Amino acid sequence: MSSVESIPGPKIRKKVGTDALIQRGFIVVIALYLIITLAFPLYAMLSKAFEVYNYDLSQFSVQASDEEGNFTTGPVTLLDLNAELGLLGDSDMAAKGDGRLSLTQFFPDFSFRSPVMYRVAGTDEKSVFLVGSERHVGTESVEVDSNTFRKVVVRPVKSRGMSNFTRYFSTPALFRSIGNSVFIATVSTIITVTLAFWFAYALSRSCMKYKGFFRLVAMAPILVPSLLPGIALVYLFGNQGILKGLLMGQSIYGPIGIVIGSVFFTFPHAMLIIGTALSISDARLYEAAVSLRASRWRTFWTVTIPGARYGLISAAFVVFNLVITDFGLPKVIGGQFNVLAVDIYKQVIGQQNFEMGAVVSVVLLLPALLAFAIDRQVQKKQVAGLTARSVVFEPKPDRKADTGWLFYCSLVAVFILGIIGICQMAALIKFWPYDMSLSLNNYAFDRMDGGGWAAYKNSIKLGLLTAFVGTVVVFLGAYMVEKTSDFTKGRSGFQMLAMMPMAIPGMVLGLAYIFFFNNPANPLNFIYGTMAILVVSTVTHFYTVSHLTAVTALKQMDTEFESVASSLKQPFYKLFARVTVPVCMPAILNISIYLFVNAMTTVSAVVFLYSTDTALASIAVLNMDDAGDIAPAAAMGMMIFYTNAAARLLHAVGSRAILKRSEAWRQR
Amino acid sequence: MTTFLKIRDLWKSFGQFVALRDISLDVIEGEFLCFLGPSGCGKTTLLRAIAGLDIQTAGTIHQAGKDVSNLPPAERDFGIVFQSYALFPNLTISENISFGLENAGKNKAEVKKRVDELLQLIGLPEQRDKYPAQLSGGQQQRIALARAIATSPGLLLLDEPLSALDAKVRVHLRHEMTELQRKLKVTTVMVTHDQEEALSMADRIVVMNHGVIEQVGTPTEIYTDPVSLFVADFIGEMNQVPAEVTKEGEVRVGNRTLLCRTGDFAPGSKVIAALRPEDVIPHDKDVRLPGTPDVIETLQNTFDVVIKEMEFLGSFWRTSVSDEEAEGLDLTADFSINAVRRLSLAVGEKITVELPADRLKAFSETSGAEQ
Amino acid sequence: MTNSKKWLLTSALAVGLASGALAEELTVYTAVEAEDLARYAEMFNADHPDIQINWVRDSTGVITAKLLAEKDNPQADVIWGLAATSLLLFKSEGMLEPYAPEGVELLDPKFVDQSDPPQWVGMDAWVAAICYNTVEAGALDLPVPTSWQDLLDPVYEGHLIMPNPNSSGTGFLDVSSWLQIFGEEGGWEYMDGLHNNIARYTHSGSAPCKLAASGEIPIGISFAFRGAKSKAAGAPIEIIVPTEGVGWDMEATAIVAGTDSLEAAQTLVDWSITRAANEMYNTGYAVVAYPGVAQPVEHFPENLAEMMIDNDFEFAANNRSAILEEWQSRYDGKSDPK
Repeated sequence: MSSVESIPGPKIRKKVGTDALIQRGFIVVIALYLIITLAFPLYAMLSKAFEVYNYDLSQFSVQASDEEGNFTTGPVTLLDLNAELGLLGDSDMAAKGDGRLSLTQFFPDFSFRSPVMYRVAGTDEKSVFLVGSERHVGTESVEVDSNTFRKVVVRPVKSRGMSNFTRYFSTPALFRSIGNSVFIATVSTIITVTLAFWFAYALSRSCMKYKGFFRLVAMAPILVPSLLPGIALVYLFGNQGILKGLLMGQSIYGPIGIVIGSVFFTFPHAMLIIGTALSISDARLYEAAVSLRASRWRTFWTVTIPGARYGLISAAFVVFNLVITDFGLPKVIGGQFNVLAVDIYKQVIGQQNFEMGAVVSVVLLLPALLAFAIDRQVQKKQVAGLTARSVVFEPKPDRKADTGWLFYCSLVAVFILGIIGICQMAALIKFWPYDMSLSLNNYAFDRMDGGGWAAYKNSIKLGLLTAFVGTVVVFLGAYMVEKTSDFTKGRSGFQMLAMMPMAIPGMVLGLAYIFFFNNPANPLNFIYGTMAILVVSTVTHFYTVSHLTAVTALKQMDTEFESVASSLKQPFYKLFARVTVPVCMPAILNISIYLFVNAMTTVSAVVFLYSTDTALASIAVLNMDDAGDIAPAAAMGMMIFYTNAAARLLHAVGSRAILKRSEAWRQR
Repeated sequence: MTTFLKIRDLWKSFGQFVALRDISLDVIEGEFLCFLGPSGCGKTTLLRAIAGLDIQTAGTIHQAGKDVSNLPPAERDFGIVFQSYALFPNLTISENISFGLENAGKNKAEVKKRVDELLQLIGLPEQRDKYPAQLSGGQQQRIALARAIATSPGLLLLDEPLSALDAKVRVHLRHEMTELQRKLKVTTVMVTHDQEEALSMADRIVVMNHGVIEQVGTPTEIYTDPVSLFVADFIGEMNQVPAEVTKEGEVRVGNRTLLCRTGDFAPGSKVIAALRPEDVIPHDKDVRLPGTPDVIETLQNTFDVVIKEMEFLGSFWRTSVSDEEAEGLDLTADFSINAVRRLSLAVGEKITVELPADRLKAFSETSGAEQ
Repeated sequence: MTNSKKWLLTSALAVGLASGALAEELTVYTAVEAEDLARYAEMFNADHPDIQINWVRDSTGVITAKLLAEKDNPQADVIWGLAATSLLLFKSEGMLEPYAPEGVELLDPKFVDQSDPPQWVGMDAWVAAICYNTVEAGALDLPVPTSWQDLLDPVYEGHLIMPNPNSSGTGFLDVSSWLQIFGEEGGWEYMDGLHNNIARYTHSGSAPCKLAASGEIPIGISFAFRGAKSKAAGAPIEIIVPTEGVGWDMEATAIVAGTDSLEAAQTLVDWSITRAANEMYNTGYAVVAYPGVAQPVEHFPENLAEMMIDNDFEFAANNRSAILEEWQSRYDGKSDPK
């Protein structure tokens, strides 16, 4: 083979044609979109994590009088005073934004009853200290008596450093959440993957009846916000729960509740991935196993499990990631069991401690990124393993086993339908448990906090806008990456950007948006608090899966269409409109419905971004539950469920119609 | 004979890998040129450079006197047909063909007329409203061809157009395409790895290997007078025997001296003597007539061999023969059915063969590409 | 929003200059319950039809966070109905415009910022209380508590619920009131004991009462207004005012420093402390800033106003950070379930 050598003559630089120019324009615009909606906010968040507050003792001086009120000694800066007394170390200088340092501690023999007077002054024009809540700015000194001196405090000033992290890791209440989150995610993953595996196994490897029904039921949890199972669990296992006895005295508020709820909402994701893995297993291997007289158990371990291993690993990481980044469920049912995602919320919304929120976000980002990276590796391997030509496995009826599978799948279905059913019941009961009569009172959302019916309308609006804008942006982006020939570096950079959102937890994204878009210096500041920022954040949050769907569809198209069109001197957009879009229509519809459903159910990113005018149904569920209005929360959750179910139905009907119409030319 | 496409000093590299190395080539107006070579030899890369789909790293291309070296495909003048047909699945046959005709300054009636004309030309006038998936592979490829020539481009590029088709259809379409090309007189460059296809269709063949041109010539030239062992071997079969040049026009194989075209090789050079199987001439035992001088003696490069194996391949017998006197002289020979019948050849028989001196040629031991 | 607002302002200005009539808009940040806002605006517009209010409403924490985040580029003109502790924080950040509204001297001084001119003015108070579910407590044989100290009785173990002061203003006012009632040391000692009986800490301040109302827990430490609402909705609860006194916070009003519409903002704040406005607050709150206005609210404990402690808001605001940190390290860290 030829090796490195220098090529003589001048290098040819391709003349950039109109098409290529427009395409480059698109790539740049969409890449810019991702940079602005992803890279910049994340950077803003990272830098926020290093924003610290410290007391600057050199900014203030104090002077104390003698017992008669005569000032005999000159003013001393707090810095000198502290050095003299050896009172506060460097670590004591770190504070929260609303931290206050009292000055009395610098006078060991201070008594508020003593007649000593104090003079406090700043050392430069910008020094600010407080007497009570009164601000004193500049170098003018203020004289106060001992009693008032108790109220003199100084505020910390902003600087940069690592102390937020030090503080995080020295606060048990905070860093213990790491263990809690990992614990919850691990346990949920093991349970979900196991349950989903056997469920998918029954669907693909048995001749059990009602497979279509079970498949449908297994997908239902995707249609509801992750906090809905939490609400259901309150009604099932809470102090007034109908099944409370089953817990044997354990509280549902805590890890038990989070795990059960997580199993519910991650089940369909795991089932889909494992189902795909099982469906591509090769029947010939089973025939070989039978001819070798291998026992069923042996066949299972030597053929089934290795065949599905990439699916299992991938499902495990997806579930792990979903659970560890989920915020809604632990918020509702977590009780005192702190997890990372809820910590972010508590820091930001509860304590307005944005810096610590950013620190927790960074901490949460790590396991999420790790799980994501491993999953990507595994996915690559699975694709490689797929190339072999295999024969589809046809299960044979086995009455005993099939009955067993039917029983098992029914149990899972009862679990899923039970959770949804109990929410519906709760929504319709007037005042559980004291007045069990049916009423629609809980649907009078306008009388509750959370945004009322307007929130529901906003959610639909968000869903539609996200589906529309998202599909256009995602599909165009994927097309540019997949189907243009030059600008290689730009395209690979874009590809990387497009994969990133999957690794970014929604809470982190939402918080990053606050830092970036709520910055007055940002020219895009005006979208803060509007529907636009909700749409942008939701599109970005769910970008990766949509992008991959689009890329897969585009990859299945002949790679030479673009060459043919350009040889025929037709602009790429004509080809795009007349061929690419119609051929990819099923995928485009899938992306739309995916975005719509997720926009309806998402809580994590938008919880930091909604405003009064743009309250959302999913947020309303959260806030109503938060305020103790659990039944209306369940009612709103069910509204989301019905809306998503209707959207799905519409999507199915629409897809079928399109497939029917294109039957003549679609061979796949 | 005007040069339509002038390629000079063309290089193409993909990172560290050099795919085309200093290619210079003239394509004559109206000719049917084939790029032939094994996969990875750079033939498709060269075609894509000509089309502007993957622009070369260095070097120039002139088409019809115009420098197109750095132009994007849309600014060049060619039609292209791919192995995969690349027909738009959701458009009907007539929509596919008219794709390039729209917004090219033609009104609807003109477009329709042109489409009808093309459908007539490719012999598929009935299929205009069908979708590609409803047609056979051969029909689809003809549609692709019609689409490519619809705009009457100056250059037709064919990238392995027949490879996806089954053998029968392929042979049939070969013929049709050649005919169409002769009729339209459009300069055509086809990429193929199928030597038979190249030999039967092309006016001239460009044999490529490892990113360089090994030989350019008419099919007969390439076949009968390959410039390198690679070309010789790639096109058709070739007996290859290690030999040593003894003097100009003579080589020694084992202990037998043979007349041979030795070219520039100096005496003492180690070479490979090569001969096509069909060039091995079987002689009647009766050439040695009683009372006459020994004819064999007068014939050059003629000696006796033993038939080791015979394989019937339909139109001829592939026969392995071995010269038991000269070590290492084992040959494959293709004998016609007639010859086999006439000479009653059979395994184990001893026969006399002649290796015509003008067909036996000495090649360097290494392949041509590395010279 | 800002842009459209600015655009509206400029165009309104242009129209105004031409016609001589100036219609103004005010962006008002509030944490008042959504259902009350429309009523507030309607009442105000009855007297001042020329000023239009654009509400930005959210929970106390979110609005506080929002205002702090916008410190350098304030979007709000007026804050109407936000916890005084939050306003004190803004005051110490220099975010408020000092202004003595017309008639401020008529208000209960407890409700007015002590600076001169005051930087904020109180509207009404929300007061801590215990919500006691008679049905559930009866079933569990729990005695009716009458004081904070009663709640330390081990009989209540696992039957109490209160808001987490780190996320709830109500939770914080409970904690700061205990520190004031029992003194710093006594306060923490009290909370140590209480912690043993607490089932869990909720995120929201109204949740404990709602949970008590729904029987999810027998006793919830929340605020009186919430209890009255639940009781009115038919929940079997009693609202208990502990004998030691109860913590409270007030909803207050202030002008944001740097507002473009100072005059309109002053008009609004002037109106917000009128008798009529205070009567309006009284529909939801039993204790309002204007003396003599308050009418008893249904289901509200009658002696509530007397039981309110003499709350030192400055103490609460200046020590908030330290108190919360202490609370977190004492109870949040070890509150993992066994």
